[in-house]
Amino acid sequence: MAAQSPSPARACARGQTLAQKLVARAAGRAVVTPGEIVTCRVDLAMFHDSSGPRRLAPMLRELGAKPWDPERIVVITDHYVPADDDDSRAILRFTRDWVREHGIARFHDGEGICHVVLPQKGHLRPGMFVVGGDSHSPTGGAFGAYMFGIGATEMLGVLVTGEIWLRVPQTLRIEIDAPLPDRVVAKDVMLHLIGTMGSDGGRYRAVEYAGAGIDALPMQERMTLSNMTAELGGQTGLIASDHVTLAALREAGVDVSSIDASSWRSDVDADVDERVVLDAAALAPMVAAPHSPANAHPVGALAGERINVAYIGACTGAKLADLRMAAAVLRGGRVAPGVDLQVAPASVQDQQAAEREGTLGVLLAAGARLLPTACGACAGYGSHRFGPDVRAIATTARNFRGRMGDAGSEVFLASPYTVAASALTGRVTDPREIA
Amino acid sequence: MTQRMTQHAAGSAAPRTAGRVWALGHDVDTDQLAPGRHMKLPVPELARHCLEDFLPGFAAQVAPGDVLVAGRNFGCGSSREQAPAALHALGVAAVVAESFAGLFYRNAINLGLPVVVCSDAARVAASPWARVDAEGGTIEIEGGHVACEPIPAFLMDLLRAGGLLPHLKARLAASAPKTQEPS
Repeated sequence: MAAQSPSPARACARGQTLAQKLVARAAGRAVVTPGEIVTCRVDLAMFHDSSGPRRLAPMLRELGAKPWDPERIVVITDHYVPADDDDSRAILRFTRDWVREHGIARFHDGEGICHVVLPQKGHLRPGMFVVGGDSHSPTGGAFGAYMFGIGATEMLGVLVTGEIWLRVPQTLRIEIDAPLPDRVVAKDVMLHLIGTMGSDGGRYRAVEYAGAGIDALPMQERMTLSNMTAELGGQTGLIASDHVTLAALREAGVDVSSIDASSWRSDVDADVDERVVLDAAALAPMVAAPHSPANAHPVGALAGERINVAYIGACTGAKLADLRMAAAVLRGGRVAPGVDLQVAPASVQDQQAAEREGTLGVLLAAGARLLPTACGACAGYGSHRFGPDVRAIATTARNFRGRMGDAGSEVFLASPYTVAASALTGRVTDPREIA
Repeated sequence: MTQRMTQHAAGSAAPRTAGRVWALGHDVDTDQLAPGRHMKLPVPELARHCLEDFLPGFAAQVAPGDVLVAGRNFGCGSSREQAPAALHALGVAAVVAESFAGLFYRNAINLGLPVVVCSDAARVAASPWARVDAEGGTIEIEGGHVACEPIPAFLMDLLRAGGLLPHLKARLAASAPKTQEPS
């Protein structure tokens, strides 16, 4: 790991977007122009048990190659955790052996979902250029790093060369003019954007979130915005670093003294491809009906739809901030008869914090069932999948038919506030109606 | 969500190198192509489950050389490379779509699966067969040709090599110190 934190090229910093500055630095250039293809040096490569060693090792062997720099690799197990059959156990065993064999010190085994664990363990900082072996890798953009998801063969290319090609992206700038209203949160913003722009509205551009509404947003809420950029079809979801970023990094044990946070932002005269301004006051809690995140509507349009599972899980929906939202609604209440409220915290660290402060206790007292801290039903890989009769409302990212369970199951997507409110009534419910 | 999935019978006028057309709708996601519950399996086995919830029998009926034709946002969702890998393993010659999810597009090229952007994909979908010239930017169909976006030269190199793995192999071989000729 480079001891020094990255800084943008100073000479030609005018008129560049944050995305351009981040890519230019990684490409060793003063400036880059959207559309051109450049080769970038990778500061950090993150992958998990599914996309990682089991897929990479055979290809590395075929090439007779070794990872270019074990210090720049982070491996996290989350998809086959906990292992509940022989195949899953074999995948985890292989992952552990591979990490040991290649001397990778930054290995987090069963500590939570990669996109939450990566920053929590202090691996990210503004200015970095990072690739992740998972589609929700844009989450790292919340920390002012250019982070995006790639597949296993492309990760092999990174491991062998330390580089990756990139078409310099245009920027889609999303501005929120003011702090969000009560019980309207990042998940609602993203479902609103995906619903209005479509799940390909991002057109693989760099999405940048800005404005007074973003300035006021806590770190984990910012992560939810960046995370769901995947569902908007953006390549990465960037947020300029500020005092909120630095505070989160400090909490993760990062020495922030050398971080040049204020320079990792778009110039005021930078050209953006498209600018969308959201009127915060007009935003409402949103719900995406089966079977697409783009099938999003204000909660009122779907209120009353019956549900029998309320699922609070995933990197996008079960961080400490998300668990607190659910607890605020569930405090002193009890889930409706026939509703199975499932909580799968996004990281061990968040689960322990929720336990210490009483948040977890509130959820359990309301009737929640605690599930393992891992990707769980959101990824749909393990034994914990929804049966054909499940009608769920979930804080997860995708409700594609059959993703989280049987092809007959149905999933509504919503914020932790809305999922908790719906758990209390057994119907899709506006969280602003619960005291 | 996929709106429409039909498979045409092979037309008698199809050239020998053409493949049958499988017409799909918009937003075909990675979880349809490579279902999560089968992600533990090696690709050749996983491929037998490709599209099984949405187009039962697809994996058994698709033949090498066939062409998938879809609407917008093909391959949205996960980074799982098994989605294009399954199509490749089944012998699909190319995917033609109005647009692709960026991650899927990169993954497909890296595996050597031609992915072609065509604003007139609906016309291709209406033909029983198609022959895709990814480099030239044309698709031959029954009764004519349809223009598509040519794949950039940089990516054509990867495709011609058969994907990123063979490309890397050649690159490593070229940069390796010269060994003595065997006598």
